[in-house]
Amino acid sequence: MEKDMQLKRKKKVSKDQLTAIAFLLPSIIFIMVFVYGFISWTGYISLSNYNTIVPDFSFAGLKNYLYLFNDFRFRADLRNTLFFTIFFIGAVILLGLALSILLDQKLKGESVFRNIFLFPMALSFIVTGVVWQWLLHPSTGFNKFLDVFGIQPKWYTDTTILAGFKWGSIEFGLPVAIIAVVIAAVWQMTGFSLAMYLAGLRGIGDELREAARMDGATEFQVYMKIILPMLMPITMSVVIIMAHISLKIFDLIYAMTGSGANFVTDVPGLYMFETTFRGNYYANGAAIAIIMLLLVAVFIVPYLWSSRKGER
Amino acid sequence: MKKFFGLFVLLALALVVSACSSDSTSDSPDKSKDKGGGSAEGPVEIFSWWTGAGEEDGLLALIDLFNKLHPEIKVENAAVAGGAGTNAKAVLATRMQGNDPPSTFQVHGGEELNKSWVAADKMAPLNDLYEANGWLDKFPEALIELVSNGDNIYSVPVNVHRGNVMFYNKAVFDEHGIEVPTTLDEFFEVADKLQAAGVVPLALGDKESWEATMIFENVLAAELGRDGYLQLFAGEIDFTDERVVAAAEKFGKILDYVNEDHASRNWQDSAQLVAEGKAAMINMGDWAKGYFVNDLKLVTNQDFGYFAFPDTVGDFAVITDTFGLPKGIENVESTKQFLTVLGSVEGQDAFNPLKGSIPARIDADPSKYDDYGKDTIEDFKTAQLYPSLAHGSAASEGFVTKANQAVNIFVTQRDVKNFVEALQNAAPDM
Amino acid sequence: MASIRIGSIVKYSLLIIISLFFLTPIYVIIVTSLKPLSEVSIDQMWALPTILDFNSYKMAFDSLAPNLLNSFYLVIPATLLSALLGAMNGYVLSKWKFRGSDVLFTFILFGMFIPYQSILIPLIQFLRTIELYNTIPGLILVHVVYGLPITTLMFRNFYASIPDELIESAQIDGANFLGVFRHIIIPLSITGFVVVAIWQFTNIWNEFLFAVTITTGSKQPVMVALQNLSGSQIVQWNVQMAGALLAALPTLLVYIFLGKYFVRGLLAGSVKG
Repeated sequence: MEKDMQLKRKKKVSKDQLTAIAFLLPSIIFIMVFVYGFISWTGYISLSNYNTIVPDFSFAGLKNYLYLFNDFRFRADLRNTLFFTIFFIGAVILLGLALSILLDQKLKGESVFRNIFLFPMALSFIVTGVVWQWLLHPSTGFNKFLDVFGIQPKWYTDTTILAGFKWGSIEFGLPVAIIAVVIAAVWQMTGFSLAMYLAGLRGIGDELREAARMDGATEFQVYMKIILPMLMPITMSVVIIMAHISLKIFDLIYAMTGSGANFVTDVPGLYMFETTFRGNYYANGAAIAIIMLLLVAVFIVPYLWSSRKGER
Repeated sequence: MKKFFGLFVLLALALVVSACSSDSTSDSPDKSKDKGGGSAEGPVEIFSWWTGAGEEDGLLALIDLFNKLHPEIKVENAAVAGGAGTNAKAVLATRMQGNDPPSTFQVHGGEELNKSWVAADKMAPLNDLYEANGWLDKFPEALIELVSNGDNIYSVPVNVHRGNVMFYNKAVFDEHGIEVPTTLDEFFEVADKLQAAGVVPLALGDKESWEATMIFENVLAAELGRDGYLQLFAGEIDFTDERVVAAAEKFGKILDYVNEDHASRNWQDSAQLVAEGKAAMINMGDWAKGYFVNDLKLVTNQDFGYFAFPDTVGDFAVITDTFGLPKGIENVESTKQFLTVLGSVEGQDAFNPLKGSIPARIDADPSKYDDYGKDTIEDFKTAQLYPSLAHGSAASEGFVTKANQAVNIFVTQRDVKNFVEALQNAAPDM
Repeated sequence: MASIRIGSIVKYSLLIIISLFFLTPIYVIIVTSLKPLSEVSIDQMWALPTILDFNSYKMAFDSLAPNLLNSFYLVIPATLLSALLGAMNGYVLSKWKFRGSDVLFTFILFGMFIPYQSILIPLIQFLRTIELYNTIPGLILVHVVYGLPITTLMFRNFYASIPDELIESAQIDGANFLGVFRHIIIPLSITGFVVVAIWQFTNIWNEFLFAVTITTGSKQPVMVALQNLSGSQIVQWNVQMAGALLAALPTLLVYIFLGKYFVRGLLAGSVKG
């Protein structure tokens, strides 16, 4: 089958292949310049002494990288990003999946609920950040209602690090404050995973479920054994799209909490912006960007590898 | 259909093409503009981060005045919003490095100007402008020093904000029978009394950490004295000096008296605590007065009062916005005309009452200002000036960034030793 | 029968509780936008305004109106162009695979992850040399380019679900590369375009960093104008919130009217990864 197709294609290979390349060409050029060209510039800067407003392109070796890895703030950033990413992606997937299963029950008013869950996506992160800063404010937000239950979480002002151990100058563990930021981000982005899963669920024919039920599977088993595995590709897409939001997150935290006390809600994007444009440490900022990119590669390479394997 | 499709592809490519072609063609008119001079030159582009309510009104009033005096010169207001000037600085940095400076731009007097643009040799000296206008004795000497490097003066201050002010809720002070503290010891006594009565003594909102840095700089001035403060930032005193350590300890002690949710508030949210009587005092730049009066509709000296930060009574933490003349601009003469208006009594009196700051000149007309303004104008004439650290005047922006980080960590950890060491490590960047 | 009813009561109450959670931020935004500034404070965020003050809407509208048009001039072409280029890439990368096409895809996809703050300086200098700095076309170019990875990803996934047989039979009928794209792919990808367009429309509409650094003054889109409402030191939250609602109106309408197609489009594209 595969060979068959290639044979057919070969006849027209020259002309069609050329058109195909012509199709890709504008994008490739754009990406070459705007992504790789500029990244190379950033990489070059990250190895220089350009840490004042006066450009100084002399070679500094790995000095800027070494500085960062010993820096309290940057270590805290790495810790926060790790936990933010895990909780954010996890929650978006679980909540989106749960809501999509609820909405897929052929209930009346489904479109109203769906729109309610989708609309936060229409707002900008800056607005979301401000509103959630208020809602999770330890003395006036949701805590006014939680008072009834006698609990008063400190939300994003909590400086506790759970299950922490010493990692150089910082405490490594789950920063409790990051959960508040996760809540805001989940509120905004759940609509996306909900829509993706809803689409996926609708794409799975009723016959399949019926057949499983005939075989004596419980409703729970139907979901666990049939539906969830079929939704796997969707989950992968959601993970990739959420990962790129989470690793780059900036506006939301900037508007909502800032760096936080003891940098419990700081992220590399924020650090880079401040150190570059407020402190004029261009080389340090560039080094942060390069490290972030390397972190991204850790996420994206396995994804692409697995999606290639799946297609074969 | 085929045509339609082709159109699509063309559209996509059009951007690339137009980008490339405009590169080659539109260069020429630009260059002729260079040589043209006179009437052909571009407008005076005023670059700032003043986009908010009062500040924008002030800027527009200034531009209005300029238009009346010089109708032949066009002015363009190029304000960049957001992030208390950070976005503006990002744009400015890229423009300056691309050798396309705006005609004139907002910059805090002090190291923010000297350690960056002057050091990078991007600014033209303005000594002749000062002499021609007889400004040398119209601005306080210490202020001119702040915008000078060596013998050269590099910018014109338009306004002054004071950083070492304590605002307090009058009703709260009266209710608990409290007198205005003038020393830190008195402050701690007062704070204990308030705390015992269940009132938060000092409101703090350090979501952005510069708010806490402001308290620290004022404690430094209190502890080292104004001259010691200047020596410290000139690198003549180490940050590990025992007086700095003592200041850090007092700073830590002050932090024991602030509201618990300080990290979740910005300065405005914390000023609300004072306005509502939940907290008694707040140390803030005097833009807080504008917020109290214009936005919260409070009455000066009735609802709220003010006093100098304890132990800095005769001193004045100065935050000044200035405008300079970048090298390599086309319209040097028109821009100088603008700077002349900006530095004139009329210009300063048009801008400052709206912005809520006081004029940088000592001979402005006090009757145009409210009670607080009149008081501060009077203080400004006699007080000893010290440049604010949190607002980029005392040290380079690189040091300020690192100092803010150190303060942020200190507020939570209260580790004096780590704190002064972090500051000392950053000192070479000062 | 009874169990079904209990089941749907549980489902509805779950949905309603979660909906309430989703709607509280909107309550706060609306309530705040209707207050006079002296009543706006973090401690009174839940309280209803004592008097309805629509002034903030007027103030916000007056200062946002000129920039709204800029946003439309920016968002519409940028969305169309990035969707078109994404469709072209997705088509080639899913249906005309060649040696190294997956590597090329990775190469394009990687662009999604760069932190934009880090390329700001070379970007602005580049736009300056090609004379597109401080122009709407310049901003369009930037959004098209940095939108490419995600639109390519979305279309590639979308086209993966179109069976190869369809293309083969068209080829047997003599259609070439372009013929297949025009007669088979484009008609089948209308829903895909809707998804990508909604995504790009909201992202570009809400984007702030590029907008604030690449354009100044009268060229700025509405999100920057929204930020301009707040000053360097004082923020009038009532005007901010009113402005935020006004500025979000177009994207909200897009979601309300196209929300159905959004799910439908994802449905057509997402069954097979």
